This record gives sequence, C-alpha cells and structure tokens, in this order.
Amino acid sequence: MDIQPLVISLAKIIIISQVLMGGVAFMTWVERRVSAIIQFRLGPNRVGPFGLFQPIADGIKFLMKDETLPAGSHRPLFLLAPVIAFVTALCAFAVVPFGPIVELFGYTVNLVILDLDGGMLFALAATSLGVYGIVCAGWASRSKYALMGGLRSSAQMVSYELALGLAAVSVFLVNGTLRPTEIVAAQAGWFWNWNVFAGFQLLGFLLFMIAGYAETNRLPFDLPEAESELVAGYHTEYSSMKFSMFFMAEYIAMMTMSALAVTLYLGGFHPGFPTGDLAGWPLWGLQIAAFTGKVGFFMFLFVWVRWTLPRFRYDQLMDLGWKRLFPLALANLAMTALLVAFDVIKG
Amino acid sequence: MGGLETVGFIILTTLALASAVVVVFHRSPVISALALAFNLVSIAGFYLLLNAQFLALLQVIVYAGAIMVLILFVIMLLSIANEPGLHRSGFLQTILAPLIALGCAVAMGLAVYRGADGPAYVVSSTDFGTVRDVGTELFSTFFYAFEAISLLLVVAMVGAVLLAKRRL
Repeated sequence: MDIQPLVISLAKIIIISQVLMGGVAFMTWVERRVSAIIQFRLGPNRVGPFGLFQPIADGIKFLMKDETLPAGSHRPLFLLAPVIAFVTALCAFAVVPFGPIVELFGYTVNLVILDLDGGMLFALAATSLGVYGIVCAGWASRSKYALMGGLRSSAQMVSYELALGLAAVSVFLVNGTLRPTEIVAAQAGWFWNWNVFAGFQLLGFLLFMIAGYAETNRLPFDLPEAESELVAGYHTEYSSMKFSMFFMAEYIAMMTMSALAVTLYLGGFHPGFPTGDLAGWPLWGLQIAAFTGKVGFFMFLFVWVRWTLPRFRYDQLMDLGWKRLFPLALANLAMTALLVAFDVIKG
Repeated sequence: MGGLETVGFIILTTLALASAVVVVFHRSPVISALALAFNLVSIAGFYLLLNAQFLALLQVIVYAGAIMVLILFVIMLLSIANEPGLHRSGFLQTILAPLIALGCAVAMGLAVYRGADGPAYVVSSTDFGTVRDVGTELFSTFFYAFEAISLLLVVAMVGAVLLAKRRL
C-alpha cells in the first residue's frame, strides 16, 4: 500500500485544524477589541502588544477553572455534547479548497483535505449534525435554561438549513457541479466571473449569509444562548474547558461558514484579477492570501453585525426563516434554473 | 471487498446493531432518539462502502440532520420521560409489536434472498452514486415513479397542514 497520500492527508488535517484553532484564538481577541471600539471602550490591551496574548491567558484560565457536573445531569451525554459540537464544526471545513494544486517538496499536493464529488453536501451534512451538540448539551444539563436553549436551537437550525441549502443549490445549478474545487475553478480570472456577479447570485449570497448567521447561532439569531432570557442557554451549566469547546466550536463554525460563502459566491482562493504569468509559490501564496483575506473580512463582518444589531424575538425568527427567506430562496432557485435553461448563464 | 472495506463493514455493522438495540430497549425516549440518529449515520456509512456517496450524504442531511432533530424537538418539548403509563406493556406492545417486527424482518429477508438469484440492477458506470448519475437515472429510467412520489409528498404536506389548521 502506498503510504504517501495518507501522510499528505494527515499533514493537511493537522495543519488545517491547528490553523483554525489559531484563528479561533485570534478571533476571540478581535471580537473583544472590536466590540470595545464599537462601544467606546479599550478592550483587553494589557497582555502583550495590543493585548494580542490575551487568548493565551484566557486559555490557561479555562484550563485552571473548576469543572462542574450538575446534579441530575446525564453524565455521558453531558461530556459528549461539547465534543460533538467541536468535531462537526471542524469536519465541515475539510471540503473547502483554500489553495490550488501545488508542488511542495517534490510532491503534488491539492490544497483541500477532501476533494469529494458531493463536497458541498458534505459541508451541509456536517453543519446539520452540529445541532446535536447543542441539543445534547441542553437536554443533558437538566436545567430549564439549557433545555430551552437546546429546544430553540433545534427548531432554528432545521428552519434555516432549508434556506441555506436552497441558496447553495442555485450555485450548483450555475456551475453544474457540487465539487468545491470545480466551483472555485469556474470563478477564475476577473472578479466579475465570481458567482455572485456572473451567476446572478446576489440574492442567493445574501440569503446564504443570513441563514449562515442563524446556523452558527450568532447575533442577531443567537436565541439558543440569549443571555437576557436564558442566562447562557444551552451552555449555562458548562464550565472550564468544556465551555471553551462550545466557544471554539462556534468560532470554527463561523470560519467554515465564511469559507463556504467565499467558495460558493466570491471566487474561493482566486484573487479576483488575472494572475498573468505568475507561477509557483508566488502564485499560490497570493491565492492563499486572497482566500484568507476574504474569509477574514467575513469574520470581521460576523463581529461587526453582532455588536450592531439587536436580537430577534423568537416568533420573528421563525417568521423570517419560513415566510421570508425560504420563499425567497425558492424563487431564487427557480429564477436561476430558468436563466440556466435559457443559456443566459452558461452552466 | 478489500481488507480495509471488510474492517469498515464490521465496525459499521457493530455500531448500527448496537445503536438499533439501544433505540429499542432504552427507557429514555431522548436517548432512544439520539441512538436512532446515530444508527442513521452508520447506515450512511454502509452507503459510502457501496460507493453511493450521494445517497449517504442525503441520508445524513435529511434523516439525521433534519427529521431526527424535529423528533428530538417534540420529545424534549413534551418531556415524555415523565409521562406515566409510557412504559405500560399491554397487548399491543408485548404481543402485536414483536409480531409485526418479525413479519417485516421475514419479508425483507425473503426479498433479499430472492433478489440474490434474480438479475441484478445494472449500474451505468463505475462511479454510479455520484450526484450526476443518480440524477440522470431519476429523471430518465425512474421518471414516472419519481414524479409520482413528489406528488405523494405534496398530498401528504397539504393533508398535514389541513389537519393542523383544523385544530388551531
């Protein structure tokens, strides 16, 4: 058996998960600093330059905190819930292409962990399983706040998954494929080749982003953890590193959602202009930088929106999901199908 | 089947059977529902072993990711665990239910046994199971069946809305 593909895959998995964890640490700092700036405060600025080492201090603090296990909780599920949330969030990133096929130390490496024919479906499947972490946490805690949070999240994520999936299906129609690498390849060259422009997917893109905010339980849709109503929702009873895992899962889910939006609508790792005769590492360095930059922008947007918009009421949330986003996504899908059928968009 | 596939098959079978037993015998409905979700995901693993990745992904998205979540939602909302009489074992539970289950098992076993002799369904290419191939089959060979099922779903949906609205 040839062991080389296995080693390359393993290396990619380790590097990507480590980069994502680093991104989480950095994002906690960004979240606190940006929220502080928005609210005319300073935020954490003492540990290291600009407070950049604050996440390390936070991490150590989480490790040192007392672990609590509420009386009457369902112990196995209580312990399993953060793991489910964390693992499903990490899994979805596997299908996102973050760079082209490169030559590295004499090996040909495709810069995506899992180049799957139904890759986008894999990402949707992984995010749809993420809800189990929250539901299990809510139920296993034996606390009314946690249970309410779990209930809300199950209804919310099922409702918004539909709009999310339907918005993505329009892109599959435009590109005629579900393979993320092919979707990205179809958007090469100038930025007007991106699906959001060339595929007439501006509406689809907006729907995808709104549904994505709901899927990741971020404001204005953070009903499962609404602190003014539910203390902290599904993770009320969690402390120490187990709480931290929910926290990390949320940030990784945000990064995955941003990366998926970039892949589907904004050209993936293509920088948006023809790269001419660039080749070798300057080319793929530029492409990885373009990808990181685009994902970074959406991460900033997540933070910006969180500290700007108030939270929806629960009935408003359901109204928006089922009566606005879902019909709009269907209409967008029908429109895209017509455009593809009459060759306005070349599929 | 290669060696790795056999190992995968044994692991998946163990997981699927174990979770199925938990579904039937666990006293807590929430645990039963979670075990069923796990069971559905391990069945998706079998589809993957059979090269039907589209089916596997849809199984996870639709059954584990949506339907089971809704079932969990209802169970948790009603908190059935505290209902008295849930575990009452009457004629239906102790006699009729096992008989029906046995009948279903025999029927499916017979179908598989007979099907083993008959002509196997010929797949169009080696990468059958990709989205494109399944879609092509659905809209050519199985066109009428496919449309009939979609009609059935619409009827079921309208019926459900009608039933719910009458009580509102």
